[in-house]
Amino acid sequence: MKPSGNILFCGVGGQGILLASEITAFALLECGLDAKKSEVHGMAQRGGSVVAHLRYGKKVYSPLIDPGQADYLVAFETMEAVRYLPFLHQGSKVIVNTHQIPPPAVATGKMVYPADLLSRLTSLNISVYPLDGFSIAKQVGEIRTANLVLVGALSTFLPVEEELFLEVLKKRIPRKIEENIAAFREGRKITA
Amino acid sequence: MTKVSSKNKQWLSGNEAIARAAWEAGVTVASGYPGTPSTEILENLCTYKDVYAEWAPNEKVALEVGLGASFAGARVLVTMKHVGLNVAADPLFTASYTGVRGGIVIITADDPEMHSSQNEQDNRHYAYAAKLPMLEPSDPAEAMEMLKQAFAISEEFDTPVLFRTTTRVAHVKGMVAIGKRKKGQVPVAIEKMPAKFVMLPGNARMRRRSIAERMGKLASFVETFAANRIDKGDKKLGFITGGVSYLYVKEAFPKAAVLKIATTWPLPFKLIRDFAAQVDEVVVVEELDPFLETHIKAAGIACTGKDKIPAMGELNPFIIKKALGQETGEIFAPVDIPPRPPNMCPGCPHRGLFYNLAKYDVFIAGDIGCYTLGFLPPLSAMDSCVCMGASIGVAHGMDKALGEAARGKTVAVIGDSTFIHSGITGLINMVYNKSMSTVIILDNRITAMTGHQANPASGSTIMGEPANAIDLTELCRAIGVRHVRTVNPHDIKECKKVLTEEIDRPEPSVIISLAPCVLLPEERKRPKMPLTTLVDNCTGCGTCVHLGCPAISWMPLTPAEAKKLGKKEKQKGYARISMEMCNGCGQCLAVCKFKAIGKAEEKK
Ligand SMILES: Cc1ncc(C[n+]2csc(CCOP(=O)(O)OP(=O)(O)O)c2C)c(N)n1
Ligand code: SF4
Ligand code: SF4
Repeated sequence: MKPSGNILFCGVGGQGILLASEITAFALLECGLDAKKSEVHGMAQRGGSVVAHLRYGKKVYSPLIDPGQADYLVAFETMEAVRYLPFLHQGSKVIVNTHQIPPPAVATGKMVYPADLLSRLTSLNISVYPLDGFSIAKQVGEIRTANLVLVGALSTFLPVEEELFLEVLKKRIPRKIEENIAAFREGRKITA
Repeated sequence: MTKVSSKNKQWLSGNEAIARAAWEAGVTVASGYPGTPSTEILENLCTYKDVYAEWAPNEKVALEVGLGASFAGARVLVTMKHVGLNVAADPLFTASYTGVRGGIVIITADDPEMHSSQNEQDNRHYAYAAKLPMLEPSDPAEAMEMLKQAFAISEEFDTPVLFRTTTRVAHVKGMVAIGKRKKGQVPVAIEKMPAKFVMLPGNARMRRRSIAERMGKLASFVETFAANRIDKGDKKLGFITGGVSYLYVKEAFPKAAVLKIATTWPLPFKLIRDFAAQVDEVVVVEELDPFLETHIKAAGIACTGKDKIPAMGELNPFIIKKALGQETGEIFAPVDIPPRPPNMCPGCPHRGLFYNLAKYDVFIAGDIGCYTLGFLPPLSAMDSCVCMGASIGVAHGMDKALGEAARGKTVAVIGDSTFIHSGITGLINMVYNKSMSTVIILDNRITAMTGHQANPASGSTIMGEPANAIDLTELCRAIGVRHVRTVNPHDIKECKKVLTEEIDRPEPSVIISLAPCVLLPEERKRPKMPLTTLVDNCTGCGTCVHLGCPAISWMPLTPAEAKKLGKKEKQKGYARISMEMCNGCGQCLAVCKFKAIGKAEEKK
């Protein structure tokens, strides 16, 4: 039987979520799997909460992941990981960038950024893999590779060989390929 | 094996597939107006060889351009979002009478759930009302196949064809089989056919009969059209569905019998009747209105649908299962966390204008674009928003209702693209009928909200070629506005002065708030001089925080922390600017009264 799964990518508009989900989709397709991805463009891209659904398997019908059906959540921002909790199930794996971006109500002092957010997930039997994408990206020498750290961390769970993933990166990433691969490898270390 | 690199298959979004299909179908002319989720179709199509594509000033013009090209024999694609078809409805209803020469397909991209729209109207009703065929694909692969068929139908049946997508078709990616370009069959030439193209009553009455004939022929055609098909399965519950809902049904009830409808109009009633006879019970699953259900019931075929399936918002397999009483399992409850609505970018020129405008005791009739976000706190500077262009009519109507008391009380704010789309006629009305209102044109040189498309005031075409840029000042003067002022919205003080003068003026006036969108390629390249807060000087007055710039954050302080920073214990916090995010627009610098904001070092 061919493997199947549902990956939800979430974060804040402008964080590079579309590229991360695109690369993951390519890697899965290269394995001979069917895949569908659903994105939302337009209004939400102005700094709002953004989500992309990626589903793979032998044959994919619905482009949307149902509530309670996301096997993996790749969150580019901490609070956003918690926003999509209703999509998760016991046993979901959550890769979360510990970076925090205050939403308008927090930035203007009307609300506070909740503390202890990730314990909400772990207390529900969800495995959480926090990582500081920006520090790692800085270490590898290119601040814009934080999304590849997240993809790297996700990749160890997917039915894709590391070599194949690297081939996809080389083909699909236009610039700074060395740094992107380094970021991807650092990400893998976190979940390996 | 479905490899991404495979030669005859590509990983495409619904919109990319539609563009590719149009090219393969031999389209040579395409016109449209941007609108989510339709925009990427023309943005892709214009990159193909041998296709002329353009952004029209609005959807009505786009469709008229499409008709002209079709009359000349070209195959034509016209694209718009669902509400755009309201604007194009006038030519649409009569195009049904004229019919076509070259095939013409009109894309209506609907937005159930209103991800990026002001309403979630169901444009399937247009097909019925205008007596036009409508096709609906379920995913990008089908969009590719069906769009090509739509062109064949258009020419064979002498009719424009409506092609409806929704957000979950347009912005879904999947593997799509690609092919070669074919040429249109109709010779491109001027061929005068007045009985067909001149819709005076005499001719129109004749054409009205042609419509009836055509729809009759189409009604038999759709019965055997292969894309209307039955997936055999368990006969207890039979589903009738179309568009993306088909995929949700397959996911939720993989074993059930399903009749998939590709031709939303006209419907294959014989096929539906046969299917209904084969199953114990028929459930119609469709997003938004009970369109299929109503027409199926009207044909005397028993079915259910909207008594269980929601008529609002998007569907998904989960909602369908739940509606039909299937087990769905426990779902984790959402956590109560602060919302994250969209916001204008750091350094957005609109912000400076709204910061000022929020301080006046006026009714701010708003419009649609990035600037609609000025409605959100902390600016909260918009009091109405209806449809593109409405701001000007609304402000004038309010002005007339208030009568004597109207002076200095009404303002319309409208973007450059929106003004050209449908604001100009409103302004003509204001002058003609002696308004006291003020119109503010937020001219950021581009159609930003939908992803930065050039418009007739931008000075370039969809291909990036140089083009005339409308002089908005001259245009307003020609309309008869005597006071047309241009301000730099980043210059907070000057902006305030001009606003005060013009809002109070007992005649219509126009303020052009002119500064480019910071996301334009030229602007992105410009070296940025980010600002920073000088924490020592910051008194925590909160003035700059009120700009609502995403780069500025309020940092709360406890009395002890305040003391440690050498501040009064009662100071509740201070402002902090994120150097990574700051665009150096200078608006916060201009509003700070305590010299607490200064230049940080240059950022590349
Ligand atoms: C009839 C119609 N067509 C298209 C749209 C989609 N749409 C929303 S805002 C907008 C244009 C905004 O451009 P502009 O007025 O220049 O404002 P900006 O976003 O640049 O601030 C468009 C095309 C719509 N809402 N209604
Ligand atoms: S895209 Fe441009 S117009 Fe829109 S919010 Fe950002 S800066 Fe302002
Ligand atoms: S200068 Fe001030 S208002 Fe402008 S982008 Fe920077 S922080 Fe925001």
